[in-house]
Amino acid sequence: MAKTLYDKIWESHLVDEQNDGTSLLYIDRHLVHEVTSPQAFEGLRLSNRKVKLPGSTLAVVDHNVPTTDRSKGIADKESAIQVETLSKNCKDFGIEFFGLTDKRQGIVHVIGPEQGFTQPGMTIVCGDSHTSTHGAFGALAFGIGTSEVEHVLATQTLIQSRAKNFKISVDGKLPLGVTAKDVILSIIGNIGTAGGTGYVIEYCGEVFRNFSMEERMTVCNMSIEAGARAGLVTPDQKTFDYIKGRPLAPKGENWEKALNYWSNLYTDKDAKFDRELYLQGKDIEPTVTWGTSPQDIASINGKVPDPNLEKNEDRKKSILRSLDYMGLEPNTAIQDIKIDKVFIGSCTNGRIEDLREVAKIVKGKKVNKSVDAIVVPGSGLVKLQAEKEGLDKIFKDSGFDWREPGCSMCLGMNPDQLKPKERCASTSNRNFEGRQGRGGRTHLVSPVMAAAAAIEGKFVDIRKII
Amino acid sequence: MEKFTKLKSIAADLQISNIDTDMIIPKQFLKTIKRTGLGSALFYEMRYDEKGNVIKNFILNNTPFNKAKILISGKNFGCGSSREHAPWALLDFGIRCIIAESFADIFYNNCFKNGILPIILPENQVKELSEAARKNKEIEIDLIDQKIHKGDNRPFDFEIESFRKECLLNGYDDIALTLKKDAKIESFEQRKKNLTPWLY
Ligand code: SF4
Repeated sequence: MAKTLYDKIWESHLVDEQNDGTSLLYIDRHLVHEVTSPQAFEGLRLSNRKVKLPGSTLAVVDHNVPTTDRSKGIADKESAIQVETLSKNCKDFGIEFFGLTDKRQGIVHVIGPEQGFTQPGMTIVCGDSHTSTHGAFGALAFGIGTSEVEHVLATQTLIQSRAKNFKISVDGKLPLGVTAKDVILSIIGNIGTAGGTGYVIEYCGEVFRNFSMEERMTVCNMSIEAGARAGLVTPDQKTFDYIKGRPLAPKGENWEKALNYWSNLYTDKDAKFDRELYLQGKDIEPTVTWGTSPQDIASINGKVPDPNLEKNEDRKKSILRSLDYMGLEPNTAIQDIKIDKVFIGSCTNGRIEDLREVAKIVKGKKVNKSVDAIVVPGSGLVKLQAEKEGLDKIFKDSGFDWREPGCSMCLGMNPDQLKPKERCASTSNRNFEGRQGRGGRTHLVSPVMAAAAAIEGKFVDIRKII
Repeated sequence: MEKFTKLKSIAADLQISNIDTDMIIPKQFLKTIKRTGLGSALFYEMRYDEKGNVIKNFILNNTPFNKAKILISGKNFGCGSSREHAPWALLDFGIRCIIAESFADIFYNNCFKNGILPIILPENQVKELSEAARKNKEIEIDLIDQKIHKGDNRPFDFEIESFRKECLLNGYDDIALTLKKDAKIESFEQRKKNLTPWLY
């Protein structure tokens, strides 16, 4: 029978299946960070259990860490305890750990691919919903809760039920200035934040085939914002080239074996999907979110919606609530929205390619006087690479703050937060109420759109600039 | 994990769609290394103003709903992050059952690991229950028979996967159950080592 890529990966990891469909799935790789793991390790200790395959697990600190000078450690006591707890847990259980001063430290979903830890055909989990990022490599990757983190540590398996298959194809070419971020925001706007619930999405079509690995990661990263369990892209030569030579990539004879195995990871021609969506690249525009859900999108030439035109009562209520929170009037043109902050970074858009694109826009220009702008590289290695290319200098000359790597203002667990009513153009993935700081107002955009907004002090159509 | 068989309680009605995990428990409470004590942080920004004062018209701040064990909500409840702090906070507050039209995947899963029963019902039934809740009526959840009694003779049925039901009814520890399949896992792993040796 013809199978999808998801079916193939699922079946090749199935240890056991019960009559009601409850399955035991084998997990190849596990990423761990400081926020969702302490209770899992505590659970192992309480029940005298060991970590089954410490070598399949990689840990890093990212959510809590300061992005300013780290030489004196972490000022916030609770954050410091969480970071120390992870370090101790890794030592006790024999897990490789990238600490605060390790140059490989960074956001968990940036360092996995960067180290070659992420590979096609694998099952990868992490106590973090944006684990879907790794699907860009044709790996089945999804976020889990802390109890499941403990379950994977102890057994290298997870109890799961099979998801349905959802094909999203974007065909043709994207207009200049339209990015992977605009593609995924448009998809979420189209199907809604619950549109993918119960599905694994496979991204197909010319647009994804032409995307770089970084761009594929940006799209897969936000699969969770569409409610999907995971996102997948068929691995191809670009994938293999990206992995080759990375510290944890297969070597020598194993490389040949792996390559052979990976080359068979694709959806069969006649495979059936439970749902399909076809979009045209040419129809996608630079996109800005206006509300408090990633599905609240508008084109850069569009307007904030008018709740009075909404017929669905539930939807009307939620628009009213969002507009109130965001401090926006109905029918305001997106290009009239002024901003106070710009955040470039996160596991969605904190990779070297993102920083290069931003640098192109801001080079030789100054950040608007009314705007505070920061660039937070996704990892220590991204930071080093950017500095090697002189990007840090371009940012600093323009008036951006150049920071140490971490999650930073994506969720504001560290001191990088919005103040109440501050408005931010952010390259991150969530615009929920309070996400970037209590009362903070988040507009999700692509890196180039955020860069242009930093210069102009408001949203502008990037297509008119490049 | 505490067993779940039957639960009788008034219900708090929170009719908002897309309640996300940042609303259920904001980030500043994720710095804990414990599972307990998060009830006071539940829906923090909806329950307390910027100065930390209680917001009076929020349902969970008012008697008798501050003692509700059942929560009724809109579509896509629990969307957002994987933080298990969300079900921990609900549990610590006293919520053992959430009824909604739909749930986000990871949150739904996390509930079962903590003895919380998430129930999916069609829109009209959720509406009916939310009206009953607003009239302070007690609702009884019977997991054994998979029925929801609301004081009339028309109980609602609900669906649940049989494995999840077993685990809740008995308060099973997932890990212990899986470890019983140790031999299967080992032989699977052996086969994998031959098939994809570069992973080991
Ligand atoms: S950058 Fe943001 S979304 Fe990504 S892992 Fe960190 S907090 Fe989560």
